[in-house]
Amino acid sequence: MRTRAILRIARLSAFSRRSTLVLTLAAIALATALLIGVERIRHDTRQSFVQSVSGVDLVVGPRTGAVQLMLYAVFRTGSATHTLRWSSYRALADHPAVAWAVPLSLGDSYRGFPVLGTTPDYFAHFRYGDKRPLALRAGRVFERPFEAVVGSEIAKRLGQTIDSRLVLSHGAGNDLLPEHGDKPFTVVGVLAPTGTPVDRTVHVSLESITALHLDWAGGAPLPGVNIPPELATKFDLTPQEITAVLVGLKQRSDAFRMQRFVNAFRDEALMAVLPGVALDELWDTLDIFERALRGISVLVVLVSLAGLVATLLAGLNERRRELAILRSLGASPLDLFLLLACEGLLITAAGAAAGLLLVTDAAWWLHDALRSAFGVELSTLLPSPDEAWLLAAILSTGLLASAIPAFRAWRMALADGLTPRQ
Amino acid sequence: MPGHAIEITDLAFHWPGHAVPCLDIPRLVVAAGERLFLHGPSGSGKSTLLNLIGGVLRPDCGRLRVLGHDLSALAPHARDRWRADHLGFIFQQFNLLPWMSALDNVTLPCTFSPRRAAEATRNASLDDEAGRLLTRLGLPESHWRQPARRLSVGQQQRVAAARALLGRPELIVADEPTSALDAELQQAFIDLLLQETAASGSALVFVSHDRRLAAHFDRCTGMTEINRAAAHGG
Repeated sequence: MRTRAILRIARLSAFSRRSTLVLTLAAIALATALLIGVERIRHDTRQSFVQSVSGVDLVVGPRTGAVQLMLYAVFRTGSATHTLRWSSYRALADHPAVAWAVPLSLGDSYRGFPVLGTTPDYFAHFRYGDKRPLALRAGRVFERPFEAVVGSEIAKRLGQTIDSRLVLSHGAGNDLLPEHGDKPFTVVGVLAPTGTPVDRTVHVSLESITALHLDWAGGAPLPGVNIPPELATKFDLTPQEITAVLVGLKQRSDAFRMQRFVNAFRDEALMAVLPGVALDELWDTLDIFERALRGISVLVVLVSLAGLVATLLAGLNERRRELAILRSLGASPLDLFLLLACEGLLITAAGAAAGLLLVTDAAWWLHDALRSAFGVELSTLLPSPDEAWLLAAILSTGLLASAIPAFRAWRMALADGLTPRQ
Repeated sequence: MPGHAIEITDLAFHWPGHAVPCLDIPRLVVAAGERLFLHGPSGSGKSTLLNLIGGVLRPDCGRLRVLGHDLSALAPHARDRWRADHLGFIFQQFNLLPWMSALDNVTLPCTFSPRRAAEATRNASLDDEAGRLLTRLGLPESHWRQPARRLSVGQQQRVAAARALLGRPELIVADEPTSALDAELQQAFIDLLLQETAASGSALVFVSHDRRLAAHFDRCTGMTEINRAAAHGG
């Protein structure tokens, strides 16, 4: 009966201070949202990075380093200093364990954006994030030489639409690159945003890459030779060499066997990497970035929890007189503790729940925008175990923060005496 | 003897850090059911004495028995409990919880004291008994459910008195409870209080600086008469 009476007092008291409590609750909700938000972005950034390419079982390239291979095959940065022969690609594609093999040829650029020579299969097999396929926002996939499909960012930044003309440059970089001015491309398709390096890529057919370089040798146009585009298509445009191959296996369990096969390939020095593992490794080389985010996370935790304690303490100090009155009417220290702790815990729990709802809601609304703007795939679902720890920390801080004034009330309320101060 | 509400012999108290004692009382006895008016200027130790009687402060030496008990011998939680069971307080600022209804404020001590709750519910429910007291003290029923902060000062005072009286504690201590009222209302309130303490058989110690209010009490004494420290110190 006594506990029920005290809970009733707690309820009436809280109701009388509802405007302050709503503010406290909002502060706790914001702190929680901030905390969970930063933690999710940290987690999801890594996740998005590691899933820049998914559904690809192996990435095969000339024997360099796993990180370097990922850099150009997936992120299309850095330069492919080595190539692999077309015959090796054929051998790989014809291997019985291989379901599909998509050749990639890099080296040219368009106003600083990488140009990727590939086959229409690329659009069928490439996956990113949670096994999401590429989608065309407009137009179609290239079919003939000198047709291009551009990523969403290029389309947006450079105002490219269907039928825009592109003149590619030889090599990667921004300025002073020799141009393929004699063989302009026509945009036939624009991809939907993915938040991956695909958005920054001009996709053309392998044949286009070969045709561009018919009258080139050693990185420069051959003097006195000029093969116009109409004529170029009459040549055999099968490439001699490419830079990397994306491989899908019939059975994922064959990945290690296939990796051994590639690494021991007789005709030339090749290597195969498991993209998930390699991307994890690559991310770990960027651990300064993750450490910075974790540092921010820790700071956010400290600041929000300190704010939480301050808010609760400020609110509870206002109640000193109320506590003194209750004490003078016979409430025991334990009664006061119960009174304060259940309010503190309820407010913190409600605030944390509201914060979680807020961040989940925000993730829901911002999901698409974040994905296309930053390539971060937000996980909108239930809290992860890490977040459960954070929530537990918030709740226990709330409890602790309300226990401190409860303790003070116990020590001081009666000393304030039978004539509590105003 | 147990028949005394308060029995003080050779009590001394001084505040920590003060060389001069605040209270030095050779003898003070309040009989059970007696209504004592205790007057004195501010600084004469009235509030300190009430805090000693309430067991909030402990005497340096001497004998202080309240309803036959030596409070300083009790453990803190037992003292809290004893105070809730046996003493009713009416404070200068009334100390009502402003967001609670008048009725809830009156029944609040019974939340913490099963003994007073049992005493109050002997003939009626707790709310009925509280209502009976409020009626007798002149607070109309229409005001019972209103939050205490909406009541006038005089009405709040009646609520505070009803709160102290509910459950018939043996001793009621009132610390300048009328200082916020004008003279006419002061006397009316005191008469009501005397009437009700008589009805419940409680002893009453009423402290005020204004001796004009002493008329209807059983006994009137000044702090300067009982407290040698006040007599010397001025």
